[in-house]
Amino acid sequence: MEVPVNLRYSKDHEWVEVEGNRARIGITDYAQQSLGDIVFVELPQVGDELTAQDSFGVVESVKSASDVYTPVSGKVVTVNEALLDSPQLINSDPYGKGWLIEVEMNDPSEVDNLLDAESYRKLISE
Amino acid sequence: MSDREGKRTPLYEEHLEAGARMVEFGGWIMPVQYAGILEEHRAVRTRAGLFDVSHMGEIEIRGPDAFRLVQRLISNDASLAKGDRVIYSPMCYPDGGTVDDILVYPQGEDKFLLVVNAANTAKDLEWIQEQAEDMGADVAITDLSPATVQLALQGPEAEAILQPLTDVNLGDLGYYRWTRGRVQGTQCLISRTGYTGEDGFELYLDPAEGPRMWRGLLEAGRDRGVVPCGLGARDVLRLEAALPLYGHELGPHITPVEAGLGRFVRPEKGEFNGREVLKQQKEVGAPRSLVGLVMLGRGIPRQDYPVSRGDNVVGRVTSGSHAPVLGKNIALALVEKGYAQEGEELTVNIRGREHSARVVPLPFYSRKKKGVS
Repeated sequence: MEVPVNLRYSKDHEWVEVEGNRARIGITDYAQQSLGDIVFVELPQVGDELTAQDSFGVVESVKSASDVYTPVSGKVVTVNEALLDSPQLINSDPYGKGWLIEVEMNDPSEVDNLLDAESYRKLISE
Repeated sequence: MSDREGKRTPLYEEHLEAGARMVEFGGWIMPVQYAGILEEHRAVRTRAGLFDVSHMGEIEIRGPDAFRLVQRLISNDASLAKGDRVIYSPMCYPDGGTVDDILVYPQGEDKFLLVVNAANTAKDLEWIQEQAEDMGADVAITDLSPATVQLALQGPEAEAILQPLTDVNLGDLGYYRWTRGRVQGTQCLISRTGYTGEDGFELYLDPAEGPRMWRGLLEAGRDRGVVPCGLGARDVLRLEAALPLYGHELGPHITPVEAGLGRFVRPEKGEFNGREVLKQQKEVGAPRSLVGLVMLGRGIPRQDYPVSRGDNVVGRVTSGSHAPVLGKNIALALVEKGYAQEGEELTVNIRGREHSARVVPLPFYSRKKKGVS
């Protein structure tokens, strides 16, 4: 199971990649494997204001729909439009082409509350 | 995964070894997927897939009154279950609600084998015993589920894979026919039945031979592209073929006529549980009916989502999924009378928003039959 060291993680299996006060958010390799083949993604609108722990979208596998939660607060600045036609990118490249949204963070210190790769790896191996 | 509670089929270890993800279903720990639902689905539609369906229940009814009892229990005509003919039938309560939907295998004089849904096995046994007592029927009712492994080999290549392994001439075994024969040397009940919308076979055999049979079928079918398939793919396959699933399209508060199974309800055969209500529904129409919906936009409908026409809720989704064979999102829904016409535009409420859908004829998918050009 891939857990890149440069990312931070939530207990709900989202990852965050931080650059300045921007955060790119996706779901982890573990999450995509647990969900199975992803066939539909519902994403927020650019401009939506999110509070940490808010559900901001839905990822649907063949079998079921799962909410995705934002680990950080802020304004949605970009969504990954490619997923609307190719949701399977989340399965094939969860940390790359399968990213979900980018948020302009209100409080970058929220990132400090998230798990690092080592702690996340421990969480999913339990 | 080992801490999940539930019964294990004799193939449990095979599933783990094949990398299956296991889930609880109907009191059993079953494989939901191996390589992935989409890949397994494609295998069954284009090549072949092998399913462990040992969680299904098998109930034997034997004795001088076996026929009379079965005839009272089911809405289809038990006299059609004769010789090598298997029949599908709803089993109803006196109010027309559905106890279960089952397969009936005639097993010679005064003996029937009923194949029932896993989650309903205990309930069905109790119901059948109660009915037998009520009629004072001279029968023995036996739960054979623990003594049976059931495998389903499904897909266009199923016959080509199975034929070299058996002494039965499968070309002579028509749709919904059964026989006894050897497969890989093991005595089996073989029937040309399934739950995927494809051609295929179901094998019933001694649990001790289960793992060997499972491995042997996968091995023998490898060149033809057979793969092990889980309940996830099975659910999508049956939904595309518009085959009902108990707990979704059928239940104690849904009659088979409402579920679109009127052709398996035969009031002309005489008395049976639910006859009065079902006969009337067949004649004048049921208050609700099951329809097929194709979503016009992107949302995926799921069970219990409300279905509306304008501001009025007119029904509920019973099953919904992405349908890989169509590349569209589909649902079965129970809607009030008057909203079931083909072409009708309805909406499905998906997480608070109305999404347009159209009523389409069922099934969503049917295979091209061999020999018909």
